[in-house]
Amino acid sequence: MLKTSGITHAYDEKLKFNFPDINCGNSQTLLVLGQSGVGKTTLLHILAGILKPNQGEVIIEDTNIYKLSGNKLDKFRGQNIGLVFQKPHFVQSVSAEENLLLAQKMAGNNLDKKYASELFETLNLGHRKNAKTYEMSQGEQQRLSIARALINKPKVILADEPTSALDDKNCEEVIKLLERHSEIVNASLIVVTHDNRLKDFFNNKVELI
Amino acid sequence: MSLLKLAWKNIIHNPLSLLLNLILLTLGIGLINFILLVNHQLKDKFDKNLAEIDLVIGAKGSPLQMILSSMYHIDAPTGNITIDEAKPFLREGHPLIKRSVPLSMGDSYKGYRIIGTDYSILDLYEAKISTGKKWQHLYEATVGASVAKELGLKLGSKFKSSHGFNDDDDLEHEHGTFTVVGILESTGSVIDQLLLCNTESVWQVHDHAAGDHSHENEVEAPSQENNHNHDELSGHDHDDHSGHDHDDHSGHDHDDHARHDHDEHSGHDHEDHTGHDHDEHTGHDHDESNPTVHTSDMSRAHLLEHGDQEITSILIQYKSRTNFQALSMPRNINSNTDLQAAAPAYEINRLYDMMGTGTKALQLIAILIAIVSAISIFVSLLNSLKQRKYELSLLRVLGGKSSSLLSLILIEGLIMAFIGFLLGMLLSNVALSSLTSSLSDKYNYEFESWISHGWEPKLFVATILLGFLAALIPAILAYRTDIHKNLSVG
Repeated sequence: MLKTSGITHAYDEKLKFNFPDINCGNSQTLLVLGQSGVGKTTLLHILAGILKPNQGEVIIEDTNIYKLSGNKLDKFRGQNIGLVFQKPHFVQSVSAEENLLLAQKMAGNNLDKKYASELFETLNLGHRKNAKTYEMSQGEQQRLSIARALINKPKVILADEPTSALDDKNCEEVIKLLERHSEIVNASLIVVTHDNRLKDFFNNKVELI
Repeated sequence: MSLLKLAWKNIIHNPLSLLLNLILLTLGIGLINFILLVNHQLKDKFDKNLAEIDLVIGAKGSPLQMILSSMYHIDAPTGNITIDEAKPFLREGHPLIKRSVPLSMGDSYKGYRIIGTDYSILDLYEAKISTGKKWQHLYEATVGASVAKELGLKLGSKFKSSHGFNDDDDLEHEHGTFTVVGILESTGSVIDQLLLCNTESVWQVHDHAAGDHSHENEVEAPSQENNHNHDELSGHDHDDHSGHDHDDHSGHDHDDHARHDHDEHSGHDHEDHTGHDHDEHTGHDHDESNPTVHTSDMSRAHLLEHGDQEITSILIQYKSRTNFQALSMPRNINSNTDLQAAAPAYEINRLYDMMGTGTKALQLIAILIAIVSAISIFVSLLNSLKQRKYELSLLRVLGGKSSSLLSLILIEGLIMAFIGFLLGMLLSNVALSSLTSSLSDKYNYEFESWISHGWEPKLFVATILLGFLAALIPAILAYRTDIHKNLSVG
């Protein structure tokens, strides 16, 4: 469950954002649509606990995340928020599987190789476990980043333009995977995008202007 | 996936820059350790071979050269001195001198020096007989432990000396086949590298050598004649000295013996004389005896009888080092006689100073390389940081603390330093052990590798510190990663 109230953020005098309140329950999905420059990434970072807003609150489950101190916020993010980025980024020096395990380690969780294997299988990546991430195709990379977002069974999954670099087929596949798996782990799924192809997949939508 | 493992994966992910860093580090650390290893052992050898020798007396020339040749048996001697000149210092009972060791050199066998001397040298280097016995008769040799091992000499082995100190068959003496009668225990000092014989053996070899070329020296005639006697004598069994038949020599008429001071001779206490029957000796009719034929007589007094023969140098231990007269002795010798006296401690310090310049230059180069390697680590970490800024932000997003990023980069620097240290140690020891044979051929010194010189912990700490400092700024930058900014640029 993710809830926000009265979030505003200003980078400077000119660049000010007032964001609408968001409420997304467990297993629910929400699409945040907006053109470039309306503060999509800013909002996503605020929701993810990466950027502290000038005003307003972000509450995940029962935690007001910006009341947490630095290290605690990092840990909270690792354990409760799964992030999927527009361009999938990984730790280059380790294999696909190790990237997943690293995510567990960084969140301070125990290693669960079995769950990692399950994710690899369900995301159709079983044969790529030991591949270097930069050797994988775009679709594979995006599926791997979904797996990483899921590995710690988070409360909230935030996706930043997860489909904009993908063709129609991959786009649909990725968004369906996100929906299905956030439901499995009983997480809120919030997708921030300018990609109009996604409109039809979501019941709840918020448009940023 | 611990931080350590991740750091390791990260540094091997970029093998070329890792290679460059490690090559520089290994060279730097290796060179420093090599210098430490060699310096430590040289100093150790030099100090050990000081053997509490307070003074070296020899022919005029370079004092350092005289000390190098007489104490360390590298470099050529400065020349020879006559026994008459040296007599005051060789005589027993000198008020200031505790022990004096006459050295006669000029020959070698397979690069190892043959030294004509008496038993005082054994006391000086605290050497003991391992097998066999001490040299006594003409052409008997007792050899140091290293020589015996290197050249495979055993009791009864025979060898021909060659002129000079190089291993050169062309210079082999026709005469003078030495027989090994004893082998010394290993002492770690220079005596391990020497072939010891009596002084007269050295004279004999050279009289012959001179005789082969020209006969201008009058002293030669009797000594050559003596030599024939010696050859005859060496066939006899001389184990029991008192049983020696002195009548053998009574047939000879030796005028040059007249200046021998017998009163002084008998007045002394002859420690070296133990095997010798002294009473019989003093009771003997010295006017008729022939001192040059007493080749089996190892007494100092006997040596002093050969006033016009030459030795190379004398090693001297004072009775008291703080004695004022002893302190002024070298100056007196240098200004009042044709001899040269030099204090080893002083000359060796001078040598250290000279070597120190070279060593310092090498050390400077080594340290420079080490610093360059630190810069190289710094630059490669900084570069990787730029490439990995998204990666590092990712680690934060995944829940990593900012201090974890600091640790990660520091660990990467430290791992490289650690590997560099190990490789440097390996390199220096491998280099030294492969150089040992050529070094020991040149200097007759064995350099050991894989030994401790006591500086390793300091070198280790310094290396780790180097890695730490090189990684510090990149680590702080990683610590201050602005994840929002990095991820927004995406």
